Amino acid sequence: MRRGEGRIWLPLAFVFLAAAMLTGVLVGPVHLGAVSVVHATFAHVFGLHSPLSGADDAILWELRLPRVILGALVGGTLAAAGASYQGVFRNPLADPYLLGAAAGAGLGATVVVAYAPGSGLTGDLLPVSAFIGAAVAVVLAYALGRSAGAAAGPAALVLAGVTIASFLTALETFVQQQHVDTVQEVYSWLLGRLATTGWREVGIVLPYAVVAWVIILMHRRLLDVLAVGDEEAASLGVNVARVRLFVVVAATIATAAAVAVAGLIAFVGIIVPHTIRLLVGGSYRLLLPLSVIVGAGFLVFADVIARTVLAPQELPIGVVTAFFGAPFFAVVLRTTRRTA
Amino acid sequence: MTALALDRVSVSLGGAVVLDALSYEVEAGEWVALIGPNGAGKTTALRAVAGLVPYGGRLRVFEHDAGAIARKALARQVALVPQVPLIPGDITVREYVLLGRTPHLGYFGTEGRADQRAADAAIEQLDLVPFSHRRLDTLSGGERQRATLARALAQDASLLLLDEPTAALDMGRQQQVLEIVDRLRGSRGLTVVSTMHDLTLAGQYADRLLLLDGGRLVAAGVADEVLTRPLITEHYGAEVEVVDAPGSGFVVVPVRRPR
Repeated sequence: MRRGEGRIWLPLAFVFLAAAMLTGVLVGPVHLGAVSVVHATFAHVFGLHSPLSGADDAILWELRLPRVILGALVGGTLAAAGASYQGVFRNPLADPYLLGAAAGAGLGATVVVAYAPGSGLTGDLLPVSAFIGAAVAVVLAYALGRSAGAAAGPAALVLAGVTIASFLTALETFVQQQHVDTVQEVYSWLLGRLATTGWREVGIVLPYAVVAWVIILMHRRLLDVLAVGDEEAASLGVNVARVRLFVVVAATIATAAAVAVAGLIAFVGIIVPHTIRLLVGGSYRLLLPLSVIVGAGFLVFADVIARTVLAPQELPIGVVTAFFGAPFFAVVLRTTRRTA
Repeated sequence: MTALALDRVSVSLGGAVVLDALSYEVEAGEWVALIGPNGAGKTTALRAVAGLVPYGGRLRVFEHDAGAIARKALARQVALVPQVPLIPGDITVREYVLLGRTPHLGYFGTEGRADQRAADAAIEQLDLVPFSHRRLDTLSGGERQRATLARALAQDASLLLLDEPTAALDMGRQQQVLEIVDRLRGSRGLTVVSTMHDLTLAGQYADRLLLLDGGRLVAAGVADEVLTRPLITEHYGAEVEVVDAPGSGFVVVPVRRPR
């Protein structure tokens, strides 16, 4: 990529995100005009009088906008976390769930649904339990991987993640077997969804997402250095283990927060970074900010599809990201391979 | 000034002694080649100097104890070009060369104008200007080798460690790379320590040769002291003739004895 070319991608990505968010707040059973939606949003932010009627205003401010913002936060987090994991592990297949976050969150959610009936998918307990499950899983995987010695490098961590994930999945399956009646509820959580109750979920994810984005983006140049391998990075004066730890911790905590409120949304952490790589190259300086923005827009669009194709029923958003994401990625893969 | 001083430097890997009490001094501006059969400890010696393996003994770089220098400070003095660098295919040559500036930047720092200039100068000196915006995976082996050398140059270290700089190159590219290194040694005042399999090239380019075998230093000196038939036969187990080629040093030729 030429130097000047990078400047066009960031504005393009922002346009994509803005289009996604506008679509997200406009599409729904009740028609709200584009101009009044933008006007009303600014009115709320700056404490002015909204031009929409009371009911329409509530639809915008209590239903659609929180959901769009949540989708953007979760999508941006998953894409950035996926890109970071691919960088620190130098593994193109790494996704945010690589170190057992998904299995841990799944176990946490299953335990709540099975042993605290009634709190269910909307209660406070499930996100907390899923968050703790995901965080504990990654800490265990990291400790296990490090015990194999730093010399074993990223492969040891990945293997430790697989080990922890298998173990926690076994526990989860066991709990489900003991409480078969809970399977459907757990399953619908596992497929991911962006159901919101006002701004509560946004409030849960926002601090983690923003802190993680900042930490990850600050490491973007060092992730480029890690691409030349642990040993060469060390010969360039970089403390590889420390960079890996910081980035993994930031990506994991944000992933755990995203999983806690949105369930397991597959594929975003893989296809968004790889699509960007194919289009603009592999340098993390541009890849990471673009992943945040495009990932946010992608999930907002996916959510629009999830709640419209079978309306009034909702499709699990994880199904949408994979069903529409996979063919799109296949096209990108084919067209860029030819020119490369 | 002494660029590099090894005092009984030993390295054990997995319980085996790979480098056994190596002592030697390299003067600033010199080119010293480490030669020896496979497994002699040549690469390990370079990795010890670059601070990539734990070692016993003392190692001084430009009169400072290498063990007491922070990793980043050491990287400003010592640049290593590995035999098989890990090439991230999807970044450009210029992005790759800029990575060489890492030891000069803070943890969250980004390159300033001086860093850009250093990278551009390295790209120019290695004739990579036409390639600077190409992705690394579109380059040939020789061009990649030059890109890695450019990254090491951008590092602005006075001591350049080259692990088999010519290993994967054809005869012409081998000479080209070694000529470039020799030219840069002059223009930038670099000290070069390289491992080399090709004894003829080692004799032609290096000021002095160190012959290692089994982790020990078995011979050291200028080419006509080290490149002798008895030494090469003993330590490489090879049948060779050493031919004096007037004006261009000694040529080591493998020979096949009739049975």
